[in-house]
Amino acid sequence: MQAFAALFRQLDGTGSTSAKLEALQAYFHSAAPADAAWALALLLGKRRRRLITGRRLREICLAGTELPEWLFEACHAQVGDSAETVALLWQQRADAASEPTPSTDNAGSASFEDPLALWMDERLPQLAALQGEEQAEAVSACWRSLPSEQLLLVNKLLSGGFRVGVSTGLVTRALAQSADLDEALVAHRLMGGFTPSAAAFAELTATAAQDESLSARPYPFFLASPLEPGQLEHTPPEGWQLEWKWDGIRGQLIHRAGGCSLWSRGEELINEAFPELIALAEQLPQGTALDGEVIVWHGDADTPEAFASLQRRLGRKAPSRSLQRDCPAAFVAYDLLEHQGTDLRQQPLQHRREQLEMLYVNWQEAQGAEGGNRLRLSATQTLQQWGGLDDLRDQARGQRAEGLMLKALDSPYLVGRKRGSWWKHKLEPLRLDAVLLYAQAGSGKRANLYTDYSFGLWNGEGELVTFAKAYSGLDNAEIRELDRWIRAHTTERFGPVRAVEPLQVFELAFEGIQPSKRHKCGFAVRFPRISRWRTDKPASEADSLASAMALMEQQP
Amino acid sequence: MPLAPGGLLQLSPEGLYCPAARAWIDPWRPVPRALITHAHADHARPGCGEYWAIGASEGILRERLGAEIKLLPVDYGELHRIGEARVSFHSAGHVLGSAQIRLEAGGESWLVSGDYKRCADPSCAPFEPVQADVLISEATFGLPIYRWQSGAQVAAEILAWWRSAPDRPSVLFCYAFGKAQRVLAELHRLGVADEVLLHGAVDRLMGPYWEAGVAMPPTRPLAQLERGADLAGRLLIAPPAAHRSRGLGRFAKAQNGFVSGWMAVRGARRRRGYGRGFVMSDHADWAGLLQSVKDSQAQQVYVTHGQSNVLARYLQEVEGINAEPLEGHFEAERFDDDEAAPAGPEAAALAANATAS
Repeated sequence: MQAFAALFRQLDGTGSTSAKLEALQAYFHSAAPADAAWALALLLGKRRRRLITGRRLREICLAGTELPEWLFEACHAQVGDSAETVALLWQQRADAASEPTPSTDNAGSASFEDPLALWMDERLPQLAALQGEEQAEAVSACWRSLPSEQLLLVNKLLSGGFRVGVSTGLVTRALAQSADLDEALVAHRLMGGFTPSAAAFAELTATAAQDESLSARPYPFFLASPLEPGQLEHTPPEGWQLEWKWDGIRGQLIHRAGGCSLWSRGEELINEAFPELIALAEQLPQGTALDGEVIVWHGDADTPEAFASLQRRLGRKAPSRSLQRDCPAAFVAYDLLEHQGTDLRQQPLQHRREQLEMLYVNWQEAQGAEGGNRLRLSATQTLQQWGGLDDLRDQARGQRAEGLMLKALDSPYLVGRKRGSWWKHKLEPLRLDAVLLYAQAGSGKRANLYTDYSFGLWNGEGELVTFAKAYSGLDNAEIRELDRWIRAHTTERFGPVRAVEPLQVFELAFEGIQPSKRHKCGFAVRFPRISRWRTDKPASEADSLASAMALMEQQP
Repeated sequence: MPLAPGGLLQLSPEGLYCPAARAWIDPWRPVPRALITHAHADHARPGCGEYWAIGASEGILRERLGAEIKLLPVDYGELHRIGEARVSFHSAGHVLGSAQIRLEAGGESWLVSGDYKRCADPSCAPFEPVQADVLISEATFGLPIYRWQSGAQVAAEILAWWRSAPDRPSVLFCYAFGKAQRVLAELHRLGVADEVLLHGAVDRLMGPYWEAGVAMPPTRPLAQLERGADLAGRLLIAPPAAHRSRGLGRFAKAQNGFVSGWMAVRGARRRRGYGRGFVMSDHADWAGLLQSVKDSQAQQVYVTHGQSNVLARYLQEVEGINAEPLEGHFEAERFDDDEAAPAGPEAAALAANATAS
């Protein structure tokens, strides 16, 4: 555990990628496989089980420190994190001055010198399994046995809130380098879940075998980068395949000897939510892996449904027949990653696309009208001249798409976000000027800083009606300036929320606008964020609900 | 507005006012007579007719408010008759020349704490507990999450951090007045004898400390560092305002850390983008605030700055001491600016440093 705590401190204490990489490599090199497995799962966020709730930890802390609850709340507002507040307050208790006392209780007694795996597999779950007073005593004893700087880490692990600033890509690279393996191979082996055990870690870091069987796993997704103006103009437009950027969720549909599966981009198995797509996968030949979009699309319709329809399907374990009828899912295929059991990812896109089209034609012939267009090919286009790019992109709204994808015809299917051969060119967002009405402090890094804002638009009676919340878009200097302004212009407080004088105008950008019964203003916007602080505009000149309605009517 | 119990002090638009002494304590606006607890910019402001302050702070005050100010230097513990009031200054342990100010008239005594801390600091006189009927205390760190280790312990951490990177420079961000010199004095006690580099805004405040006989390692202003000098293993002390400024371009590869009480909270450090946070404050921690209130034996406590509501409520409900928050310009948010943004010549020094190097 000490080695992992040291790693946490190193990663948390530097902004330098190379220093993080070095620290990770050193850890993976020296850690026992069972510990390394747990560290990996924690760093990748694959194990965030909440063993004991933050509320329960707080209870135990309050009982041990005899501080009033309101004081805990005041501290929490300053710290922005329950586990950390508990860790800091625990030191306030009367006997805190003394050295950590070795724990003697039986509930999985372990000391901080014990390996991470022992803590994760035994000690912490045992604490979680206890009840009532017995649990309070065991947790207190555990806290007492820890040096103060380690309390935070243990509380984070207990409450399932462990996070540290490393990306999946960086952890994968460090692991691959320390095991002397290809990064893409490690990424692939990690797809679809990872059980923290010594055996799993050994498999993960084993030398690459010929014809390695990764039958249960999807391929790592290749991700596009936002297109910047002028990026492609020096290349011939015929070298690029253009497709709509569909507004569904990215997925991989697989049929292998072991069965059929549908994976989301978040590497979750979503078979149960989409039984009709699993049925579709069974109609495909064994040894097939498709990359594409899961989207709601009626068999005879020209365009898919808006994202809101898909939202009704997501997260539903067993969708009813009527829901499947009202919101039928389709798979819009845009790439073929595996064909007849062969990994095609190194072939150029052009070849993969040819084979995808052949596969699609075969499927259609076999299914006929029965297929119900459950599988669709993402239509492709090419441009003659770059000049026509934005005009084409602007037609996306009519297709209920988010914009265009541009893919180099000669590009292999890479791993992760690699710039150069896949670009996304999104529609210009919709925009409205709105008035800041409420603000709430953020958490973590933004604790005690007002960063969560609610905005309003004018109704016909000259009142401001809340219509959207936004959390992002301002830079640090603006956030601080606005934070100061909010504190000085608060009119009322509702717990953590402050109402402010309706004076500041912000331009909000968002991707779409849809009618909604749940929102007071009558509609909901997608991905709202602040695009500009309109210091030049008085509140009276902000937009109205009527202008929002007009935007909504322009939508297909 | 006269403050209870007997109204020896009142809150005026200019700040805390004592009619008996016809004097304001740390006024926010220019007044004829100012009694100054210490030379930080949010306590000592320009434009007053006369300033009463501890002699050791004279150098800093003149540096910050102008050489020509009318300053009446006093010593700790001396009793002065100002108007109808008897006034004395007592060490606050905050920074060089910092004081708590005690006022007495009409059978009533008040103590204005200014900013203070109770742990040892080799760069200034130690805190002195003072008794009074009414106490006005700060509460910048008035939450039980704040609990300080000794300066010596933190300095040892700083030293270990600095020595762990012999191949590149280390930049330590500290408030220019007080914290920077405290860190230097603690490093000296740990036997550090190598030259420490100072940002211009820190360097210009060193004179009064040398004059006061505070032992510190040798220092050199950044501006006097020869071009192309090897910076590996060197330590630079700079004010937080210089963090990420172009002026520190030569230190782009440096490891950096920030020394402040705010660093007790992880989010506060991450938000500012510092690598390491060293928890060292020149304010009292939670236990220190409670202890000082008890030591004063005050029957009535007013709380200013930062967590005034929280500390007042705790004193009232848990300790059974009459206490209430005092609203006013004290509420200027100090979360990010422990030391108010420098103005005048100091701001100019910061700007000059940013372009010169």
